[in-house]
Amino acid sequence: MSDIIHEDAWQQLKAFTHARIALGRTGTAVPLQEQLHFRMAHALARDAVHTPLQTHLLAEALAPLKLPLLQLHSQAGSREEYLQHPDMGRKLSLPSAALLQQHTTGTTDIALMVGDGLSAIAVQQHAPALLHTLVPLLRNQGFTLSPLAIIEQARVGISDETAYLLKARLALLLIGERPGLSAADSLGVYMTYNPRPGLTDEARNCISNIRPAGLPPAEAAHKIHYLVQQAFLRQLTGVQLKDNYPSAALPEK
Amino acid sequence: MSFAHTIQQHTYRFNTLAELLAKATPLRSGDVLAGLAAGSYKERVAAQLALADVPLTTFLQQALVPYETDEVTRLILDTHDTTAFAPVSSFTVGQLRDWLLSDYADTATLRQLARGLTPEMVAAVSKLMRNQDLISVAAKCEVVTRFRNTIGLKGHLAVRLQPNDPTDNMQGIAASILDGLLYGSGDAVIGINPATDSPEITASLLRMLDQLRIRFQIPTQSCVLCHVTTTLQMVEQGMPVDLAFQSIGGTEKTNSSFGITLALLQEANEATRSLQRGTIGNQVMYFETGQGSALSANAHHGVDQQTCEVRAYAVARHFDPFLVNTVVGFIGPEYLYDGKQITRAALEDHFCGKLMGLPMGVDVCYTNHAEADQDDMDNLLTLLGVAGCNYIMGVPGADDIMLNYQSTSFHDALYIRKVLGLQPAPEFAAWLRQQGIMNQQGHILPVTPGHKLLQQPF
Repeated sequence: MSDIIHEDAWQQLKAFTHARIALGRTGTAVPLQEQLHFRMAHALARDAVHTPLQTHLLAEALAPLKLPLLQLHSQAGSREEYLQHPDMGRKLSLPSAALLQQHTTGTTDIALMVGDGLSAIAVQQHAPALLHTLVPLLRNQGFTLSPLAIIEQARVGISDETAYLLKARLALLLIGERPGLSAADSLGVYMTYNPRPGLTDEARNCISNIRPAGLPPAEAAHKIHYLVQQAFLRQLTGVQLKDNYPSAALPEK
Repeated sequence: MSFAHTIQQHTYRFNTLAELLAKATPLRSGDVLAGLAAGSYKERVAAQLALADVPLTTFLQQALVPYETDEVTRLILDTHDTTAFAPVSSFTVGQLRDWLLSDYADTATLRQLARGLTPEMVAAVSKLMRNQDLISVAAKCEVVTRFRNTIGLKGHLAVRLQPNDPTDNMQGIAASILDGLLYGSGDAVIGINPATDSPEITASLLRMLDQLRIRFQIPTQSCVLCHVTTTLQMVEQGMPVDLAFQSIGGTEKTNSSFGITLALLQEANEATRSLQRGTIGNQVMYFETGQGSALSANAHHGVDQQTCEVRAYAVARHFDPFLVNTVVGFIGPEYLYDGKQITRAALEDHFCGKLMGLPMGVDVCYTNHAEADQDDMDNLLTLLGVAGCNYIMGVPGADDIMLNYQSTSFHDALYIRKVLGLQPAPEFAAWLRQQGIMNQQGHILPVTPGHKLLQQPF
């Protein structure tokens, strides 16, 4: 085989990047092994986009938090609709909105929400770990929490309406990010102070790439905790709230 | 003025030119999302039949976006070349389609016509054309540009080497550049999308690219694809700026969502040209576009996404660019749902750009939430090669680890050059031969670990 496949003479450069360099070639084509690795990475990403959120498993994993749970749905009835109509993913279905209107009692500090986004796998795998660290931190600080909302076919904007109906001062949404080939399980967290329908992304702060090989969920929880405190202190989120979380303050690994 | 077509005793009415154009457009998710698409196949073809009968002069009389409030419309109408338009001025849209495909419309004729056509005329005619028609006419066009090498000659296909890194790590970027050069890519430009818009990082990336180019005497140009205001700052600071990059759209409001105006583009063009860094030419603008940007910015004025896209080409054309490319599959499935829609849009964009006289390249690409895969990209790449696309992207292994999407690879570029007998830009091809990277027949050669490019690369 060795005379069929040309190996590239610059293998040592691979140490400097995760990019797919020095792949070698047969003719002008990528060798089969590399081709199949690529195809598997794409398969993982595709599956992440299309695998539905298993809400009962997520609810079980979140049960130790002892937070009441709300099961909600956006106006997107299917993944196909979700992918072609982002606007529908930003609005609650009528039954979900009605449920929130009945449910709400008083105002709270924070509405915690978990939405599938473009990777339910990310949510399934990393949201419980993040919340198990974050919720006690928030409770210790004396923040009051709304019931935890699990939202299917959700886009980021849906957190505005949900938290508004829950009469919360801050929206905090955990959502699956668009899968790339290097990671299909990245979780993102979006924070919005004084949430209400009609806000746009410059009103939010985002922490992305939350996954064990990126920003590990427990570390992310400490960072979020810091930003939540800053948001309440300054009574805002968005471009004016800079992420100055000192890296030295990260807990020991 | 309304338009109509009657079929099987049913009369379809289209109240405005914008509605007629939108409903005549081949199906794509973005127009459905905007509520502009035809409601049925029959309505779409009825719109195409009605559009075929519209005189081209109608597009000079009826602005799709108001002249008073949109500087792109003003640019289009104020710079329309009536002399160039004269040979086709009596045509309808349908007659233009038939004429474009005829032998009367040869390379020289099409070049002379370019400035006589407005983007709306070009968008309209493209809506009546099959994919084959789009390829056939685009293949007759030749748009050649020059800076340190010559891009766009027939029989040639260039590659933008795209060595992005999620943290702008200099060594990681350099490693990807060397990989690309050793695979024969990088003649269109070595162009980095920076992970941040930080002026400090942009400056160090510019210096690194320039040093690399000078060290190996590569006849190519470099670019850091930052916002045009950052580029202006770089020029002021004396940084080595070859090309000024900017994303542009087809309405004033879209452009303001990108933080630009025509005046700002003019300023960047003049500032960059004043550096006189080109050796055989001084075309310095590099524009990126893509269907859906106007809708995404809520700035489409009821105009379909493909027509908005072609209006962006009028913006590009005004600044005599070195490179223009449509990033066709990047925007996502809410605008172009699957491989079929991405392919159609890419062929339209390439055709429309070329007919307007632009040096069109295409980022043949998709995201992981689109219904597309490498097979779709192979098909589209092959079609664009046949259509005479000026350049494509070259990303290591087709996987952009910073922008998280899939484009074409250095290997893909070798494939399309080989099966279609296409050469890199002549000056760059000579350099590749000198370096022992490519032979006289244009085949890529294996290099040894002792190769000059691999000695203390950074």
